[in-house]
Amino acid sequence: MTAVGTPARETRLPGAAPLLVLASALVMAALVLLPLLVVFGDAFAKGVPKYLAAIADPDAVSAVKLTLLVAAIAVPLNAVFGVAAAWCIAKFDFRGKGALLTLIDLPFSMSPVVSGLVWVLLFGAQGWFGDWLIEHDVKIIFATTGLVLATILVTFPFVARELIPLMQDQGSDEEAAALTLGASGFTTFVRITLPNIRWALLYGVLLCNARAMGEFGAVSVVSGHIRGLTTTLPLHVEVLYNDYDFVGAFAAASLLASLGLVTLVLKTGLEWRHSGELSANRRH
Amino acid sequence: MTAAAIPAAPVRARRPWVVHSILPGFGLSLGITLAYLGAIVVLPLIALALRPWELGLSGVWHELASPRVAKAFRLSFGLSALAALVNAPLGLLIAWTLTRYRFVGRRVLDALVDLPFALPTAVAGIALTAIYAPTGPLGRVAAQFGIKTAYSPLGIFIALVFIGLPFVVRALQPVLQDLDAEVEEAATTLGANAFQRAFRVILPALAPALVSGVSLAFARAVGEYGSVVFIAGNLPGKTEIAPLLIVIKLEQYDYAGAAAVGLAMVAVSFGSLVAINALQLRLAKRGRA
Amino acid sequence: MNSQPTEDTEGRTGAAGGLSLDIRNISKSFGRFPALNDVSLQARDKEFLALLGPSGSGKTTLLRVLAGLERPDAGEVRFGGEDFLSIPVRRRRVGMVFQHYALFRHMTVAQNIAFGLTVRPRRERPSKSETADRVADLLKLVQLEDLGGRFPAQLSGGQRQRVALARALAIEPRMLLLDEPFGALDAQVRRDLRRWLRELHDRAGVTTVFVTHDQEEALDLADRVAILKDGRLVQLGAPNEVYEHPADPFVYDFLGAACRLPGTVSDGRLTVADWETRAPKDAPSGAVEVFFRPDEVMFAPLDGSGLAGEVKAVVQRGPDARVECLIEGRLFELQARGPTLPNGVAPGLAVRVKPLRPHVYPKP
Repeated sequence: MTAVGTPARETRLPGAAPLLVLASALVMAALVLLPLLVVFGDAFAKGVPKYLAAIADPDAVSAVKLTLLVAAIAVPLNAVFGVAAAWCIAKFDFRGKGALLTLIDLPFSMSPVVSGLVWVLLFGAQGWFGDWLIEHDVKIIFATTGLVLATILVTFPFVARELIPLMQDQGSDEEAAALTLGASGFTTFVRITLPNIRWALLYGVLLCNARAMGEFGAVSVVSGHIRGLTTTLPLHVEVLYNDYDFVGAFAAASLLASLGLVTLVLKTGLEWRHSGELSANRRH
Repeated sequence: MTAAAIPAAPVRARRPWVVHSILPGFGLSLGITLAYLGAIVVLPLIALALRPWELGLSGVWHELASPRVAKAFRLSFGLSALAALVNAPLGLLIAWTLTRYRFVGRRVLDALVDLPFALPTAVAGIALTAIYAPTGPLGRVAAQFGIKTAYSPLGIFIALVFIGLPFVVRALQPVLQDLDAEVEEAATTLGANAFQRAFRVILPALAPALVSGVSLAFARAVGEYGSVVFIAGNLPGKTEIAPLLIVIKLEQYDYAGAAAVGLAMVAVSFGSLVAINALQLRLAKRGRA
Repeated sequence: MNSQPTEDTEGRTGAAGGLSLDIRNISKSFGRFPALNDVSLQARDKEFLALLGPSGSGKTTLLRVLAGLERPDAGEVRFGGEDFLSIPVRRRRVGMVFQHYALFRHMTVAQNIAFGLTVRPRRERPSKSETADRVADLLKLVQLEDLGGRFPAQLSGGQRQRVALARALAIEPRMLLLDEPFGALDAQVRRDLRRWLRELHDRAGVTTVFVTHDQEEALDLADRVAILKDGRLVQLGAPNEVYEHPADPFVYDFLGAACRLPGTVSDGRLTVADWETRAPKDAPSGAVEVFFRPDEVMFAPLDGSGLAGEVKAVVQRGPDARVECLIEGRLFELQARGPTLPNGVAPGLAVRVKPLRPHVYPKP
């Protein structure tokens, strides 16, 4: 963050520009950049071999696998839902649309812990369906299914919220044109609508995936923290940290931080290259 | 939106609540949406809304008014509000710098703003703890001045500022970008000085976005768990946040108690969002003149 | 392209031959807003028909009904004798050119034009080379031979419009529908394209319906003009006919600049202020509104015949002049050309102004 400040337009407060740039850079460095550096610093604090050993630990490997599995189920489901919801909301006029939009946004204003809690209330041992599940020997809470459900709820709105404003913006003229040219509904969707929303869809999936893999609060509630079985990578971080295995915790955290960085780079790249095809309020 | 009012209509809308469109797939897409929404959002929320009442009205009250719960709520909401308010000037500073000045590293700085979004909360949590612990790089400095950061309300506050900052910056950036330079120039030609321009021209135009960003930061902070729970120290009545109470109650199989706390949290954050939306609407109306 | 000015608006004959279009009693409302109210009109095979009206008159809705993009609440559309409303959009084979063109932004110009051919069922689909030939022909037709590989975003407005037209023509439409085809273009491009479109229509020989709010465009281009107002058909006829015989004050006003004064008709005589003249044929008796065009007036000295007026200002512009004239307490902006403007007409002069072809409508 070299602060060689020059105002974009004519100088208003002479001398203020470098000062403000410097102040911003300092705030960002201390508040935002430092935690990132600390993650990698502490992960390698005891040297590379210790780091590699922590990553290769069987519990860490199974946590990575579980995290990938959960995301592989939750993200596609939310993507399909997002496209369906955006299609009916953006392309049609019907009553109750406002209520539907509010419901779709709701998970964003819920604490992740509550997003986990609701599944325990339904499927936990003393939940609504608890007895039935025990009778039939089905495990949802403290099992992969619960992790998936909690993750889905937390990441529910990402794709839909990305697509709805964009598709509303684009209108239905191109689809109507395709129909007058003889295309079927399905062809129209595949050859006109999907290509028009592809970057926004990718963007939404990217954010959804980052959150799904990094989610902590919601899965923490439904996981039970059974090592090697129901600990996703973020939960693995917690378990090791609470065991004072700091190298292990930060090594696992460095994987998640890398995921975050990759997401950030891809996201920024998408914003630069395809800003026109992402919705205007793409910043969350 | 009904066609039924037209006499002798030969083609009548089958679904009077939807405007006819030639585009296909309305039934299918709405069906998927409603089914999924019902299973993933509505059904669990119903469980959340109903479960506490098995304690009875007085039981729920007793639960929420218990000193431990009340203190946790005060801590969560108080610190969240404080952090959101502090984010207002910080966010303004950063958004202003990013939109108004061209400097080396601006794009990197811009991308970094999203880091608190992108960094998984547990990662941010242990990293912040490592920084502000008495042995950490910044915690040590603070300790020399006798200030305890990690494992104190101050630590929670720092974590909440961290996660709330991007909301304010990202809310302000587009508005600052669109803010017509001519308006400022006009104010200058009318004789306004820099402070008058800032407080009488720019700030009023930013107000709706600022309120929106601050309220989003607040809502996120109230429910935040991962980045707070490590740095908080979790002393009952001192540094125990509301979401943590839910986890503790669930560990004790106190489902109804956990649901009561959860429902109260959802109700309060939803209520404050509605109130803030109303405020924002009023501000926006005034700004439109 | 002959245009007989004798079409009865309500007539239902002549709808049988060729690919003639017969629109009967179409109504359509959006919520409480009636967009179309019992509209009936016919277009002959290969006719170029303009739907003209101000915004909100229902003209675009009618066009979208023809395309199959809106479903009317009541009424019937027959095309070449077939029940057109029962055919879904994709089988109607109408070439629709949208107001903002609706080009597929992620496809090249050539892909856009070929789209209608490539979505046909496999057995009806032309081969790749046939499609390419057809696209090349169409690109040539719309004079965009070298731009097949461009994307819509890389084209000018006029070029996009021509691509939209080529795309519509690619499916060999039975009817061509154009929604404000020149609306988004600047004046010069608009005028060039207008001529070109007319030639294209004459060559392609397809029944064409186009929507416009520009009376000059409609009168210049169309075989017949249908004028709509508030969802109703007000008048249908050849451009000349509607211009010479506007059905009501609205049409008169809409088709050109209008001056209006109150008057009375009795015994075949029209009286406006202190001027009396023979009433036009079929003029209603009693209190009337008198309309005349500001450029269809004669100036005469005070002892001549016409409306007494006082010249307030004269602005000479080449051979034409704008004369601001106070008549009956109202200020009118009249147009005069060299021959009709006597020498010496100057501010402050009292003159007589004689409308050459006054139109008379009953007082509402």
